[in-house]
Amino acid sequence: MSVLSLNGHRRRGRARASRLVVVGNGMSGSRLVTEVRARDPEIRITVFGAEPRPPYNRVLLSNVVAGTSRPEQVWLLDPAWYGEHDVTARLGVPVTAIDRETRTVIAADGTREPYDVLVLALGSEPVVPPVEGADRAVAFRTLDDCERILARARTARHAVVIGGGLLGVEAARGLAGRGLPVTLVHLAEHLMERQLDAEAGLVLGRTLARLGVAVRTGATVTAIRPDGEGHRVELAGGEAIATDLVVLACGVRPVTGLARAAGLEVDQGIVVDDEMRTDDPAIHAIGECCQHAGTVYGLVAPAWEQAAVVADLITGADPGARYTGSRTVTRLKAAGVELAAMGETRLTEDDAEVVRFSHHRDGTYRKLVIRDDRLVGAILLGDSPAVGTLTQLYDRGAPLPRDRAGLLFPGLAGADGTAGDPGRVPDAATVCRCNNVTAGRIRACWAAGARDVAAVAAATRATTGCGSCRADVEAIVAGLRARDAHQRDQEREEVPA
Amino acid sequence: MKPPISTIGPMPMASPSPTGPVMSQTTPGTPTHCPYCALQCGMRLTAAGAGAGGRPVLTVTPRADVPANGGGLCQKGWTAAELLTAPDRLTTPLLREHRDAPLRPAGWDEALDFAAARIREIQAAHGTDAVAVFGGGGLTNEKAYLLGKFARVALRTGQIDYNGRFCMSSAAAASNRAFGLDRGLPFPVTDVARADAILLVGGNLAETMPPFVRHLAAMRQAGGRLIVVDPRRTPTAALADLHLQITPGTDLALALGLLHIAIAEGLVDTGYIERRTTGFAAVRTSVSAWWPERAERVTGVPASRMREAVRTLAAARNAMILTARGAEQHAKGTDTATAFINLALALGLPGRPGSGYGCVTGQGNGQGGREHGQKADQLPGYRRLDDPAARAHVARVWGVDPDDLPGPGRSAYELLEALGTPHGPKAMLLFGSNPVVSAPRAGLVADRIAALDLLVVTDLVLSETAALADVVLPATQWAEETGTLTNLEGRVLLRRRAAPPPPGVRGDLAVISGLARRLGQDPAAFPEDPRAVFDELRRASAGGIADYSGITYERIEAEGGVFWPCPSEDHPGTPRPFLDRFATPDGRARFVPVEHRAPAEDLDERYPVYLTTGRVLAQYQSGAQTRRVAALNEAAPEAYVEIHPDLAERLGIAAGERVRVTSRRGTAEGVARISTAIRSDTVFMPFHWAGEGRANLLTNPALDPTSRMPEFKVCAVRVERIPGAAA
Repeated sequence: MSVLSLNGHRRRGRARASRLVVVGNGMSGSRLVTEVRARDPEIRITVFGAEPRPPYNRVLLSNVVAGTSRPEQVWLLDPAWYGEHDVTARLGVPVTAIDRETRTVIAADGTREPYDVLVLALGSEPVVPPVEGADRAVAFRTLDDCERILARARTARHAVVIGGGLLGVEAARGLAGRGLPVTLVHLAEHLMERQLDAEAGLVLGRTLARLGVAVRTGATVTAIRPDGEGHRVELAGGEAIATDLVVLACGVRPVTGLARAAGLEVDQGIVVDDEMRTDDPAIHAIGECCQHAGTVYGLVAPAWEQAAVVADLITGADPGARYTGSRTVTRLKAAGVELAAMGETRLTEDDAEVVRFSHHRDGTYRKLVIRDDRLVGAILLGDSPAVGTLTQLYDRGAPLPRDRAGLLFPGLAGADGTAGDPGRVPDAATVCRCNNVTAGRIRACWAAGARDVAAVAAATRATTGCGSCRADVEAIVAGLRARDAHQRDQEREEVPA
Repeated sequence: MKPPISTIGPMPMASPSPTGPVMSQTTPGTPTHCPYCALQCGMRLTAAGAGAGGRPVLTVTPRADVPANGGGLCQKGWTAAELLTAPDRLTTPLLREHRDAPLRPAGWDEALDFAAARIREIQAAHGTDAVAVFGGGGLTNEKAYLLGKFARVALRTGQIDYNGRFCMSSAAAASNRAFGLDRGLPFPVTDVARADAILLVGGNLAETMPPFVRHLAAMRQAGGRLIVVDPRRTPTAALADLHLQITPGTDLALALGLLHIAIAEGLVDTGYIERRTTGFAAVRTSVSAWWPERAERVTGVPASRMREAVRTLAAARNAMILTARGAEQHAKGTDTATAFINLALALGLPGRPGSGYGCVTGQGNGQGGREHGQKADQLPGYRRLDDPAARAHVARVWGVDPDDLPGPGRSAYELLEALGTPHGPKAMLLFGSNPVVSAPRAGLVADRIAALDLLVVTDLVLSETAALADVVLPATQWAEETGTLTNLEGRVLLRRRAAPPPPGVRGDLAVISGLARRLGQDPAAFPEDPRAVFDELRRASAGGIADYSGITYERIEAEGGVFWPCPSEDHPGTPRPFLDRFATPDGRARFVPVEHRAPAEDLDERYPVYLTTGRVLAQYQSGAQTRRVAALNEAAPEAYVEIHPDLAERLGIAAGERVRVTSRRGTAEGVARISTAIRSDTVFMPFHWAGEGRANLLTNPALDPTSRMPEFKVCAVRVERIPGAAA
């Protein structure tokens, strides 16, 4: 049995930790808890969550705003799960301090919880821009936020969403989906500038406009002021938008205060190594609060990969587990808008091989960025049958086929050329698969005197299996009949009566 | 009416009308069913003169009075009678005195005496479990039943399982878990035509059971929509309105994504869930993590196509979800089938006329074969071997002490893997199977079989496995014996003897009976007469889940088959068992939360391509039968490797070249077929051929924890052109 370095200090000789404390019960923390419990039925687990609810799926909050999901439909765990799996859940109890000396966390209610291994899954918090009246706006981060937004949306006649990144676009689309006119105000020159190039941002804006979202890019909000029952959102340049609901989606930043106060190394996020370990070997950090190899990830997939690695390490299921970074794919979740963006999307022909197709009126923009015959980035806006394949080519770093157009339009390369007039199929072509009958055999039957489908079927068994080829056999027979009739006509003309 | 038969050589001709006139009771010939797949197409066998050696030549005509095929037959069915006169058919027992001796012809008494004596020796030296029995999903109900009884009563071994473990076990386990009962289609196959939408997952019916397509075509003609999930654009997928060309090994993630969509879009049938099911809340929470864009990244199926699929199913008045081997033959096959059942339950489909979940059974008697005791953990009537009440009931019918019945034994692959090992069986009796070709990791399986002290094989021909045997017993074929089979609908059918077997050939029942007698059993307890065996099976199944007690040969003939359960002779049978309640203790179907996991073996640098395996139209299973029929062999003569042009280009492989496919377990060869029907990250090989074309040399025996199904449908391989080799 291998002994993990992180537990080297323990004396009972067991390979795994016996007391795990997890701080944070969002998508990362709750995932870690289930992953650990799936691997180890015995380890003592205590999880602290600042929110009093069971963990929920933040990815689906735009559905809640759009009204397609009810809050209990986005739970990641049923409240009963904790009891059934012998996990102590301290929900609604924030942790205020970590005592690394005694390996204890201290909760807001004064309780102290000792740990052998501590995992911080603190997530991130919304960035509130330093704008007068910003407190009049509702952030879009938690289920509580969603409920606040929904409460106001019920009576509102107009909404403003500030921030045109992924979350802002999803929030705007969700609110518009409720029939509420929405203005999306964005500081940068185009939407989702972290994921999209300018043209894609433009096409996305037009798609959103068709769905009831007015997009204002390059717009700086200077203040949010009261305006009767509602608000007035003032923009640089003097313009103002009167509205009933202001939603803030100006990005997030990692929650690092607890780690900083405990003396852990913090940069943008809590700094971790390939074992997701902080500079205290008994403390891991995962998810949006941590920084691995210089990167803070803001998506779920990396966080869940990190949770699996830490679960492998803590339980000893795979002492060799390491996190080596993630390829990120951004997939917008907004009804009526298909958008996938991955990797280095903003490169141009100067830096890479670029394959592009755009059709603004149709809301379509497809761009592939290729280096060394590998897909290193892509934007797929508008419904694309290729999105699954391209995502996998990007994820796997697999070599690309020479036919680049076929990547964007899989149907083009896939045409087998068998379609068309069945009467003209070559002799060698199989017409009836069930009985392995070629067009040539059917023509030979005709030559031997068969004059209808029934006679062809009697001689060849064509059409007697699944029956799908009946129309094709009829077409071949009809073609032969027409040919013979034509020949007879010609013969009549050549030989006058 | 005169049967519309003319002949060119031995080949029978079709009736002039493709659907054929309805055969009346006075039509000459013997009404029966096809020897191949679980559709069990109705056919009529008519003697048409004498062939070689004065043996009658039978001709085949389709029956229009059997709903499953409605007058259709595929090429396998049309040519089925040819195997009766195959030139290399076995007509005398073969025997080798010691493992290095060649097989030589022997008399029946000599062969059976030899086998029985060796069995006694081996059991005396190593215990009763040292002798194993391996059956097949093509055996009649009577044979499957008697084989199970023979193992437990005459041999007193727990080591019995069958090749159905490689076919139906995952869906069976999932159905038992959800519905309390496993009947492949819990509705008549003709219900398919009444559906408005069908989701078919991992099934290529246009090649594996072509006449089934008639029902799908009728559905589509009436405006119904067909959705097919398959890594290949198979002939079936080509018929579909929507084809989800999934990454091999990710069907479970797809099912979770589909259910997520159904819930998120409010498309679930809450009234049905409330009335007829339990456990939805836990499943709802468990799929919260499978939003469609996440499922898309795993499966490669665009989220928009998933939504279209779910909306199509939810909008249909009647809808069906059908799974087949593509979804089930995985180390997570049970959970995958469960996930699709969860979806069907959420949409309110099972137990509603015209709707439902079903599994499309594969082998001829794949359904009946899994009900009557040739499974490692099972007693007749779909009873559990570890259930004391079941043991007591069956022991009473058998006239033995329940305590003398052995307990559950190893599953099929585990059994094969243990052969000849220090704690494994030293002898095996094999009926109706050819594991050297059909088992996963076939190279190892062949080695294990070679390590046996005794192998006794009953077969029609010298199959690749029979060639390794010490005793080979020549068996009768379907047209030469009478017996019942239970088709994919759960309808019990009768095949009637249409011609006498060749001299020197005996039925499996006679083999079992002969061995039992030599092992000291009362001959009356092991009759050779199928009707006597069936009558005992009826008693043994009475009160069980698959209750056949009310079914008689006469009723089957008069009624065109009887659906089980049928607990008494005045019971009409049960075409749709779930209309009022499910077979669970509380009558409700059970939602079971399941989680996706990656294939047991995923891609890496050394093995960068997925292999998936399957069937072609003109061959069947290990090919032992169909490779001996000239027309079929001409249609599908050799192993091939289907490769996407992009992959072929990268590997420098041209169409028709020989290629080598290598997995961690072995190497197989085939001819390259370049086709856009396959994904560019996957190659496909059919598994019907022996020798170097054996796809199962490559496949992964990673087992499903519940069903013990091997992961046939996905493993990682490397594909190379064989230098200098042209096909």
